Amino acid sequence: MTVEPGASGADRSAASGAGRDAVFVARGLAKSYRVGEVTIHALRGVDLDVRRGELVVLLGPSGSGKSTLLNLLGGLDTPTGGRAWFLDHDLSDATEAELTSFRREHIGFVFQSYNLIPSLTARENVALVTDIAQRPMDPAEALTLVGLGHRMDHFPSQLSGGEQQRVAMARAIAKRPDVLLCDEPTGALDYETGKIVLEAIARINAELGTTTIVITHNAAIAGMADRVLRLADGRIVADEANAHKLSPAELSW
Amino acid sequence: MRALEVKMLRDLAAARGQAITIALVVACGIATFVASLGTGHSLVASRAAYYDASRFADVFATVERAPLPLAERIALIPGVAEVETRIVRDVTLDVPGHDAPAVGRLVSIPQGGEPRLNALHLRRGRTIAAHQRDEVVVSEGFARVHGLRLGSRVAAVLNGRRQVLRVVGIGLSPEYVFPIQGGAPLPDDRSFGVLWMDREALAAAFDMDGAFDDVVLTLAPRAPAAPVIERLDRLLEPYGGLGAHGREEQTSHRFLEDEIAEQRTIAATIPVVFLGVAAFLLNVVLGRIVTSQREQIATLKALGYADGRIALHYFSMAVVVVAVGAVLGTALGVWLGRLMTAQYTELFRFPRLEFEMLPVVPLAAALVSLAAGGTGAFAAVRRVVRLAPAEAMRPPAPPGYRHALLERLGLVRGLSPVASMLVRAISSRPLRFAATSLAVACATAIVILGLFWNDAFDYMMAVQFRLAERGSATVVFNRPVGPRAVRELRALPGVEEAEGYRTVPVTLRSAQHSYRTLLQGIDPDARLRVLLDRDLRRISPAGPGILLTRQLGELLGVDVGDAVLVEVREGERPRRWLTVAGLVDDFVGLGAYVDVAALHRMMDEGETVDAAALRIATGSLPAVHARLQQLGGVATVAVKDAWLEVFRATTARFILFFTAILTVFAIVIAIGVVYNAARIALQERSWELATLRVLGFTRAEVSALLLAELALNVLVAVPLGLVLGFCAALGLSLLVHTETFRIPVVIAPRTYGYAALVVLASGVATAFLVRRRIDRLDLVSVLKVRD
Repeated sequence: MTVEPGASGADRSAASGAGRDAVFVARGLAKSYRVGEVTIHALRGVDLDVRRGELVVLLGPSGSGKSTLLNLLGGLDTPTGGRAWFLDHDLSDATEAELTSFRREHIGFVFQSYNLIPSLTARENVALVTDIAQRPMDPAEALTLVGLGHRMDHFPSQLSGGEQQRVAMARAIAKRPDVLLCDEPTGALDYETGKIVLEAIARINAELGTTTIVITHNAAIAGMADRVLRLADGRIVADEANAHKLSPAELSW
Repeated sequence: MRALEVKMLRDLAAARGQAITIALVVACGIATFVASLGTGHSLVASRAAYYDASRFADVFATVERAPLPLAERIALIPGVAEVETRIVRDVTLDVPGHDAPAVGRLVSIPQGGEPRLNALHLRRGRTIAAHQRDEVVVSEGFARVHGLRLGSRVAAVLNGRRQVLRVVGIGLSPEYVFPIQGGAPLPDDRSFGVLWMDREALAAAFDMDGAFDDVVLTLAPRAPAAPVIERLDRLLEPYGGLGAHGREEQTSHRFLEDEIAEQRTIAATIPVVFLGVAAFLLNVVLGRIVTSQREQIATLKALGYADGRIALHYFSMAVVVVAVGAVLGTALGVWLGRLMTAQYTELFRFPRLEFEMLPVVPLAAALVSLAAGGTGAFAAVRRVVRLAPAEAMRPPAPPGYRHALLERLGLVRGLSPVASMLVRAISSRPLRFAATSLAVACATAIVILGLFWNDAFDYMMAVQFRLAERGSATVVFNRPVGPRAVRELRALPGVEEAEGYRTVPVTLRSAQHSYRTLLQGIDPDARLRVLLDRDLRRISPAGPGILLTRQLGELLGVDVGDAVLVEVREGERPRRWLTVAGLVDDFVGLGAYVDVAALHRMMDEGETVDAAALRIATGSLPAVHARLQQLGGVATVAVKDAWLEVFRATTARFILFFTAILTVFAIVIAIGVVYNAARIALQERSWELATLRVLGFTRAEVSALLLAELALNVLVAVPLGLVLGFCAALGLSLLVHTETFRIPVVIAPRTYGYAALVVLASGVATAFLVRRRIDRLDLVSVLKVRD
């Protein structure tokens, strides 16, 4: 895996040479949007390969473009420049319907604000996804995997923040996604609860082999990654492989 | 403009779709209120002015033949202000270019041409010159329909002699504001007209020199009518008095009074529905705006705005919406009122009938809707205003959901998560769901209310004029005649069947109740006149008993098996106690029926008739009409089909107008309610829906989730609305139920279908409006932490 900041090639065959196992490939990926009178360049040409089964942490301060990158990879948004592929899906020119089915079939999301449906119990929130997935787990199984087998029939308002985030993770993994995308998964949680959630992420990555991308501004979390990508001002400024991957229990911040 | 006012206007602009739909619902409510109250008021005002200017009589009496000097004794009755005697006769008219016969009511006017009471209002021409025996003034409607102008000629059969009359004037009379011939449910200018004629000419034609057969009088200020009527009856009795009555029994006056009452009923009921819906919408929408501006309210408080000022800020939004609705509604109401009044000028013949609106009317309507809407907003404002600023700054706690009652009871199991969301969304706000459904149901009911008149009239016409009255024409004789007259009619070429009737004026009494009407003697085996009960079963007047229309029975407080005292007001004036043998369900008028043989025995007379029903072969009417004119003794001929045609045309126009208006208004309500419900649901749940989109739900699936609740609202509302529509029709028919008219609550299946279709279509159209917004949900922004 290499980063080629100057690479202009949007040619996928060149990219595939870089990593035969690549799940995500991006070349010159850019995103700009207008807010009022101002044009904001959130992403200014990002090249990236993410391999199957990898746990990647995207690290950067707020405004560095990491959420924008995650949104593009997750099919929530389309780039204004460059190209991105997921396996053989070209995400750059995909229609709205194609992106929807891409999310539906391949991606599991975990958000900072959990985004649970308040009117559904934990089990039903998970079932929301398993109902539309092709070969899902049983919702109970997914919840047991995140340590919530005993609180399946509780509504979000009856769960703690950490529990809610774990329900969100169970919801994300229950469809056996190819990729788990986590946007500041511990952002709204206290230290202890945050660690429990990270442990669940690490376990899913290890046991299910799910390719996982976690974005965070918390540098300490980088320790649990296979690889750390640092973003600043819309560019990837560093790409470091962890020689010694830590377990979340060993992290501290 | 102060900053807070600018904020208010911008907030309204942001919520313009909702503001506009609510303002439109308010406008509909105020428009119906203004139009119906204004029309009622205009009728009352025009009537008062006209009655006053024309010195409309207070008491009316008919007599067979009374000597003129009796007038002086009538004038001496205490309480009588002015007396006028007249000769009034119904004759057959032969109008050029008109196939069917018309009935002309000849009313004498004194020499010099100016009646003291019931003055003529001349539209064109002049009154009758002294000693001009062939001159007539014709009632305006009749003249217009038949194209009669000054100088036109009309032939009339006066006491068997054909006479040509010359039109010298066209006019109106307060006695014929509603120009109706006794017995007919609606006026028909083609078959009934009033002709004012020189008294000498009429006296000569009908052998009434020095005599009168009709008297009208006014009362002194504050003099009660009852004692005068009693004294008058006593004076007239020896001369064949048929009984005097007050204004309230005068046909035209009574119809006018009923119509005004109907307008008032509509003004008091239908706008309430619109204003209620508007208040509900204001309540929900303002409540939503207040809740979504929780942080802004906290900021305002932190900046030092007082609670009252903040509350006023949100209340002023309601004021602006209602004010826009009120202005729009008043303009619409005046326009509608003018249209309605114009429709009435077709029905009621006033010298002047113009729409007039009391300024207090729209103001009152606006205040009502504002008060109701503002109260709802106030509850929401108070909830937020009570919070400490720091607390209000934090986002509200997530709504605590629980299993819906149906689930806890185990009635609903194994629902998909999406279905559970739907069930719990509804069960967490059951009141709002109920109120929304009720509001849409009201829209459905309003469509039915607009259409139901048509069904009711169709039914009435079918029953009254196909099942009950099966003849095609009615002939009235000048005086009672023997059975030979009916045989002669039957023998006329083209006449398939003829049946004679005997009708006498009576007063019916039971305990303290009494009612004056006509008692009709019918052959128990009559084929052209069939009496029907509520279930359309034939009731035969065989035997000694009397049959009463159901309403007359109620009025007299009698039921089948009770006895009523029948006082005949003709001939030897016999009085008999008769047992009520059955109740007849006629829609028009309050009549009484007996076996014709029993009537002959009561009157101590042989087999006589004074009217006959004919069934005429199709196409033979003109020939039969021509023969009837040559037949002596025939006073008038009325043709049913001609009359029905006019009735249909008149009512069809009237009903179509109201149906169209009410349908449009119902659509406004349905769209207003569904649109606002959808927008609020979308605002409240956009975050949830966007999350589902992120999770891979398609636009169609997410839209379906949101629209399913609305669809459920509409699906609950439509059947509820159909039931509500029936109840509303029933209520309205009871409220506008008068002596002259009873409206059967008959609603055709196609009316229900149409109402359901209108509301469903409005719902679907609204769904499309909202669907576009769901497609534009911002997936990225909703995932940001809401802080």
